[in-house]
Amino acid sequence: MTKTGKAHETELDRVLDRNRRDRGRLVQILREAQAIEGWIPPETVTAIAQGLGMAIGEVESTLEFYSFFYRRPRGDYVVLFSDNITDRMLGNQAIFEHMARRFGVARGEVSPDGLVSLDFTSCTGLCDQGPAILVNGIAIPKMTLRRADQIHDLIRSKVPVSDWPKDLFEIDHNIRRADMLLGSDFMPGSALKAAIAMGPEAFLTEVKRSNLRGRGGAGFTTGVKWEAAKKAQADERFIVCNADEGEPGTFKDRVLLQFYPERVFEGMALAGFVTGARHGLVYLRGEYLYLLAPLEEKLAELRAGRLLGRAIQGVEGFDFDIEIHMGAGAYICGEETALIESLEGKAGRPRIRPPFPVVCGYRNKPTVVNNVETLCKVTEIALQGGAGYEGFGTKQSTGTKILSVSGDCERPGIYEYPFGVRVGQVLDDCGARSPKAVQISGPAGTCLGIREFGRRIAFEDVPTAGAFMVFGEHRDMFAVAHNFAHFFAHESCGFCTPCRVGTAIQAKIMDKIAAGHATQYEMNELQHLHDVMRTGSHCGLGQTAGGAIADTIGKFRDDYEQKLARKDFEPAFDLDAALARARAVTGRDDADSHMLDHA
Amino acid sequence: MFHVAPTTRKRKVRIATTSLSGCFGCHMSLLDIDERLLALAELVEFDRSPITDIKHCGPCDIAIVEGGVCNAENVHVLRELRANAKVLVALGACAVNGGLPAQRNHLDVGECLTRVYTHRSEGMKGSVPSDPELPLLLDKVHPINEVVRVDYFVPGCPPSGDAIWKYLTDLIDGRIPRLEHPMLRFD
Repeated sequence: MTKTGKAHETELDRVLDRNRRDRGRLVQILREAQAIEGWIPPETVTAIAQGLGMAIGEVESTLEFYSFFYRRPRGDYVVLFSDNITDRMLGNQAIFEHMARRFGVARGEVSPDGLVSLDFTSCTGLCDQGPAILVNGIAIPKMTLRRADQIHDLIRSKVPVSDWPKDLFEIDHNIRRADMLLGSDFMPGSALKAAIAMGPEAFLTEVKRSNLRGRGGAGFTTGVKWEAAKKAQADERFIVCNADEGEPGTFKDRVLLQFYPERVFEGMALAGFVTGARHGLVYLRGEYLYLLAPLEEKLAELRAGRLLGRAIQGVEGFDFDIEIHMGAGAYICGEETALIESLEGKAGRPRIRPPFPVVCGYRNKPTVVNNVETLCKVTEIALQGGAGYEGFGTKQSTGTKILSVSGDCERPGIYEYPFGVRVGQVLDDCGARSPKAVQISGPAGTCLGIREFGRRIAFEDVPTAGAFMVFGEHRDMFAVAHNFAHFFAHESCGFCTPCRVGTAIQAKIMDKIAAGHATQYEMNELQHLHDVMRTGSHCGLGQTAGGAIADTIGKFRDDYEQKLARKDFEPAFDLDAALARARAVTGRDDADSHMLDHA
Repeated sequence: MFHVAPTTRKRKVRIATTSLSGCFGCHMSLLDIDERLLALAELVEFDRSPITDIKHCGPCDIAIVEGGVCNAENVHVLRELRANAKVLVALGACAVNGGLPAQRNHLDVGECLTRVYTHRSEGMKGSVPSDPELPLLLDKVHPINEVVRVDYFVPGCPPSGDAIWKYLTDLIDGRIPRLEHPMLRFD
């Protein structure tokens, strides 16, 4: 697959030109440049740096940050196994090992013939139909040993992924309970028409009256956010749709983007209408690459129907268009300021707030960052008015919320409920027979035990971005927290010490517990680490990285204690083995050259 | 300049100290408390320590450990201190993090030994010492908390005499030891 120097150069030039040689588009440029050879060789880095007038180090800083960029050759087929706890519960490890055996390749390595590389990746958002994998960026759900064999044969006979049987890529929406949003028909343009009839001021008043709060988890009032961006002094404003749905266990945005894209885009246009922004950006997570082409198609369709572009619906001066940016495998980019950094072509490290994005965001201009679901909700408000909307849900959490249910239940999938629904109700509806725990809002969220199933999904009780992972009575909650600990250690952006070091130590301690070498001392250390990370970290990632561990220790302490060694302390490594190398070099084998554990 | 609670206590606090894989810099820093040594002598007595030259420690209140764990003997000494002390303190960068000696952790220890002892200039041929009297090197240098349970960490390379004094007097007087900037530093 290696291309000759010249051909490579022209292709790279084309990539740069297509991106207007704009350094702000570096992430997109790297993604496209990687498509040429499947990885990014040093010469490409140099050429990109020259082409954009940047230092090589600046390009490398972005390149190094994202897990879907490769600085070493990869196989022609890159197979990544989603490694969320729900994938594990569905047996992804056995399928991975089966495939690794058949290809004769170890984790993270390339087969000697350069055909295939195999690895794990963070949750790919297919928890309701896992175990899932990505092959050259394209998602395949419902993996079985049989499917693994089929894929093995396709790769062995070098069939291009685009020619693989279509049924492999079929992704179900699994909508199990539709309410206000999922259950209503939507005529593209109808919400815009209603808003235009009201005028931007009156529509903003409706959004504020509805008390709509952000569905990404934080729950900031949408109307207030829009108003702040509208009032900020600037010549340019931006609307960003946060479709970097990286929280393990969350997949409702995928369904909205796949089956309700016109709602999402119209919501963005509505935000543009109110704030005066003319540019919209969708930040689509790299794992959802398969959604890119259909979304682009939908955008073209909307432009043709004058629902995007210049003078929307004939209103002079109402210009708004949308561009899609792809992420490249970084959970932290779901944080809005990290997302903006990434949109600007940089490593996705969260900014210091204030200033908030509504005042100084993308390219230092006022920027509204809204979640996919929030943007869908504003179309409802345009159609029904704020007062009508307010009637649903609870006083502080109006409207409905979409939950992504996965784990030990008979009917995993998408459930839309008015806010205020009890956790136990959701468990009954999804057919969870004997649940032991529910992890709400992903690893960064809250773990609830049986005694808390009466609590309600709402910002004032159990807030959530949508993840709802169910664990049956036979599950080991330590294993769940262990999986989360490695997730955070992998996804920490490395910017601040409490999180960079804390998540790594936390993962090591969890490994030590799993190996049976830990004692009460490590249990105390975990609590201590959680306190340090919670209070000392720069952003939400570090602040919540110890939460699931603290929750599970508090509620399922037995799952930890049965793994502890009944000792004062035990090293995590084998002392006698640590002396082996020196024994070999010195030729010693006397009693003092051994350390058979006595402590 | 400094105040120590009147010495009305019945028994002196018994302290053991050792330098494992360190440079004795932290012990030197302990001596840097200068004339306060006299006040300290009122409060404490020393068990195993370079100050007393006692070889094996008995039951004591506080064990102060300088240096990381680089060989088998370090492990034995550290475990002996842990078994005998009520409170064990990691003093200084090496005990806390492995410090300078841990710089060898990215090298193969066998390679290191062979290079040092057998590759001599001018045709001299040496061999890696194999006397059983010598402590055998571990493949990696570890901070002490990877080998025993540690109660307190006092960072610094070395921690200043003032920091050590503050820490010890807090501990001996029964306060929760608390070091704040500028005494709490990692360099």
